[in-house]
Amino acid sequence: MILWSLLIILVAAVGAFLFAKSQATTLQTNNTGRLASLPGQHGLLAAAVAILAGLAGIVVSIPFSASFAWMMPALSVAAATIAAFFTISRITPNWHARNKFEAIVMGVLIASSIVAILTTVGIFASVVFESVAFFRQVNIFEFLFTTQWSPTGTPPSFGFIPLLTGTLLITFIAIAVATPLGLFSAIYLAEYASPTLRRWMKPVLEMLAGIPTVVLGFFAALTVAPLIKHSGNAIGLNVASESALAAGLVMGMMIVPLISSLSDDIINAVPQSLRDGSYAMGATKSETVKRVVLPAALPGIMSAVMLAISRAIGETMIVVMAAGLAANLTFNPLAAVSTITVQIATLLVGDQEFDSAKTLSAFALGIVLFFITLALNYIALRVVQRYRQAYD
Amino acid sequence: MIELSAKGSNGLLAKRYASETRFRAYGAIALALTTIFLGFLLYDIISKGWPAFFESHSSIEIKIDPEKVGASDIANSDFAAIIKQSVREQFPDIQSREDKKTLASFISQAAGDDLRNMVLAKPELIGQTVKADLLLSAEADLYYKGLIDTDDKPLLDKFKAKLPVSQSISWRFWTNGDSREPELAGLLGAIKGSLFTVGIAILIGLPLGVFAAIYLEQFARRNRWTDLIEVNINNLAAVPSIIFGLLGLAMFLNFFGLPRSAPVVGGLVLALLVLPTIIIASRAALRAVPPSIKEAALGVGASQQQAVFHHVLPLALPGILTGTILALARAFGETAPLLMIGMVAFIADVPQSPTDAATVLPVQIFLWSDLPELAFKSKTAAAIIILIGILMLANALAIYLRRKFERRW
Amino acid sequence: MNQMSTARATEKNTQMVGERSTRISARKVNIYYSEKHAIKDLSIEIPDRSVSAFIGPSGCGKSTFLRAINRMNDTIDGCRVDGEVRLDDKNIYDKDVDVVQLRSHVGMVFQKPNPFPKSIFENVAYGPRIHGLAKNKTDLEEMVVASLKKAGLFEEVKDRLNSPGTGLSGGQQQRLCIARAIAVNPEVILMDEPCSALDPIATARIEELIDELRQNYCIIIVTHSMQQAARVSQLTAFFHLGTLVETGDTNTMFTNPQDKRTQDYITGRFG
Repeated sequence: MILWSLLIILVAAVGAFLFAKSQATTLQTNNTGRLASLPGQHGLLAAAVAILAGLAGIVVSIPFSASFAWMMPALSVAAATIAAFFTISRITPNWHARNKFEAIVMGVLIASSIVAILTTVGIFASVVFESVAFFRQVNIFEFLFTTQWSPTGTPPSFGFIPLLTGTLLITFIAIAVATPLGLFSAIYLAEYASPTLRRWMKPVLEMLAGIPTVVLGFFAALTVAPLIKHSGNAIGLNVASESALAAGLVMGMMIVPLISSLSDDIINAVPQSLRDGSYAMGATKSETVKRVVLPAALPGIMSAVMLAISRAIGETMIVVMAAGLAANLTFNPLAAVSTITVQIATLLVGDQEFDSAKTLSAFALGIVLFFITLALNYIALRVVQRYRQAYD
Repeated sequence: MIELSAKGSNGLLAKRYASETRFRAYGAIALALTTIFLGFLLYDIISKGWPAFFESHSSIEIKIDPEKVGASDIANSDFAAIIKQSVREQFPDIQSREDKKTLASFISQAAGDDLRNMVLAKPELIGQTVKADLLLSAEADLYYKGLIDTDDKPLLDKFKAKLPVSQSISWRFWTNGDSREPELAGLLGAIKGSLFTVGIAILIGLPLGVFAAIYLEQFARRNRWTDLIEVNINNLAAVPSIIFGLLGLAMFLNFFGLPRSAPVVGGLVLALLVLPTIIIASRAALRAVPPSIKEAALGVGASQQQAVFHHVLPLALPGILTGTILALARAFGETAPLLMIGMVAFIADVPQSPTDAATVLPVQIFLWSDLPELAFKSKTAAAIIILIGILMLANALAIYLRRKFERRW
Repeated sequence: MNQMSTARATEKNTQMVGERSTRISARKVNIYYSEKHAIKDLSIEIPDRSVSAFIGPSGCGKSTFLRAINRMNDTIDGCRVDGEVRLDDKNIYDKDVDVVQLRSHVGMVFQKPNPFPKSIFENVAYGPRIHGLAKNKTDLEEMVVASLKKAGLFEEVKDRLNSPGTGLSGGQQQRLCIARAIAVNPEVILMDEPCSALDPIATARIEELIDELRQNYCIIIVTHSMQQAARVSQLTAFFHLGTLVETGDTNTMFTNPQDKRTQDYITGRFG
């Protein structure tokens, strides 16, 4: 119904445009003087007013859409038509249609930029609102400081410490894989690689960055995890089939392009004059990189790593598919652990009861996740900005 | 006389060069490992998924007995039983109940439907002997493709000896919705769901993102308010996608009461998810247009808005489109937030409109990967090949646009 | 300021070119940037313990040739050097020459001061550290102090050796870069328009310093300013469109140039 209404409004707007334009043209030919605005501008104003009125009609009729399906198109087209005729009736030589139209456009532009703010407010409101409901049922100290997580158990327990350690363990593995690989890739591409190699490697990294996480999750669960389990068993290690190592490794590979592209930007931002200064002293390339380029780029690289950590903590599909469900409090990379995102996803897939602590706990986890990643992003972006200014 | 050659120098220089070589090797190794990982991933997926694009058939001569199939009642006749009967007749030596049952299980349920459709289309076939196409079940299919070993091996070999088995491209995989039967499960539902969802996301996200970018880049004065919007957008771009799922669940489903599992809601969530990315890319594209162009328009008496919409925006459009395509490619592969809003149910019907319950391609991959049947593993990999193929096309398009319209001032 | 006055005391002898031994000699050098032929068939002899100035309009190749003397052009993709540049009879473009070794003998100071984002001490200690010149910490400290003193910077920074080098004024930064260059005991110091980013007072300090350093080093300076060339150099080479037009004793060059182009440039017809 919404689509139909939108279509009708569009037709009404086109009609309003043509009608207003022809009215204004007639006025112009009959009138000896010039109009304050061009006929086309009168048309645009009428169309814009019609669209706004029509959209208002849709919004007003949303509460009734279930019972009277026809009400939405009817109300919106009526509103659009009336508004258009009202606007057209006001066409006079001195009517500044362009200014009115531009005011509407500016309003739309500002409203669009506020959507981003509204999204943040919406996220904040959703997680806080449901979390408050959760913490009415579960003590916040139990949530923050106890070490047993089993929301479906009898009685359920909601200590999120093992989820935090699980998340950190997998994140640590991922970062331990991604940082050296990403950083050395970036260094090699920026300082050593021939243009040909760069031309070939950029798409490889971009492709890896573009692979959906559900694909990486499938690969982690079906290929990497069994591989690790078998090779572990072969040398006598006891490896869980959903080991943190498998999920962490694949997640690390996912993050390599992120670190390498951010580091590449940062390394390239180090002025060539510093490199020249070092080479002119008789330093080798690696000495220049290690002693001049990297120290200069360090703040930027740190922030890249922080963004990567935030990305790893918030990553969902790889861990949902390749990590475990049972929240074990362990730091053994060969054991199965669960993460915050795994629990959010599992708790909210399928039946949800918004009065039970089990469903609501997902939102409490969401709040934790939101603030951890927000803090990391905020600091990282701050560092990057300050760093950019230093070399601009 | 100065010594300039490396040979005649002290041991320190040799050490320095060894360290140089090592350092360089680390970089090469890092690149090699990354490439190998990507190669292994793609090889693994393609080799697993390739067979799922094909299906196994056999065929059998069947007499359409008018006593069993009434001309007026074709739709309700039991064609599956007719096929079962004919197949059994081909193997008179198979006598045990158990073996008969196994033999029948080699034929897919779809075989009966296919035969019915054939007769429905040509009712005059009743009473004649026709060559019926038999789609084989997933187990038989996997065995004949050489992918599994099974206890039913002797029977399968016998079957093949009598009724020749061939493989052909599986169109069902492209034209069917989801199914519990691996040989019947197709991707049309998920692909349409993805198109609806991403279509809605583009309808909402592109105008909002471009408008916001135009405002921030061309009209907004720098003050605390715009700074706040800016910081907010940058942070929003790095919020984990699953959080947007929570937003969709709590706001769109619970608060506004929008339908569960519907592409409309999925599109809304993805629109908000890609909004920061589109804004950032659009702002970069707008910023790349030199101010002199806007000034020239202002100089001949255009209003601010006319200057922006008539001159700056058209020049920035290719850059905006490139950024948008890349953002949408990301939305196309997004899974986690859609799980939250219920696009994860088993839906056999192909959605007809954005408000029908549907799933999307990545979620379908997630669902299939979780199923125990081996045949679905291969289907999952095949779905991944399609997903990655679509994403690569989108990226190629973005690169093409960038190359074609790239302009340097 | 003590050392400065001693520096003043050195006689300003401009007739020394012939008496000094040749340190660098280039023969038929051609330099290409991919397609562009930047230096054409250049030959020159540069004497030791004196200042030689390369002058000429922008884009004439003087900086390119300067960078060829310590092979800094190696770091530029697509740059090719033909011919020979001899440092004490050894062609630095020979296969067995090691650029790292070469550059420890031929230091360079750049147009824009480029101190590393490290402390003043670490900036100067950089060269001795990478080349392993100091036996121990005190040794290194002595080297740093000596270099800072030679560069006339020590008195100004002795209380803040650990503060960042980027916090100094432009002129101080440039002297820090000179201190950094001489910390590895080079024989030759190349200076690529070292004063172009500095104000007149800082420029005067650097020029005094150059004059003082010439007692111990072979200095080559690229400059835009003919006055500067006249003030600091003993030998002047005039470049135009990638060729070396004329070279000779600075006094003679400025009073009695042989070539019409040199004359036009010096009298300000173009440049």
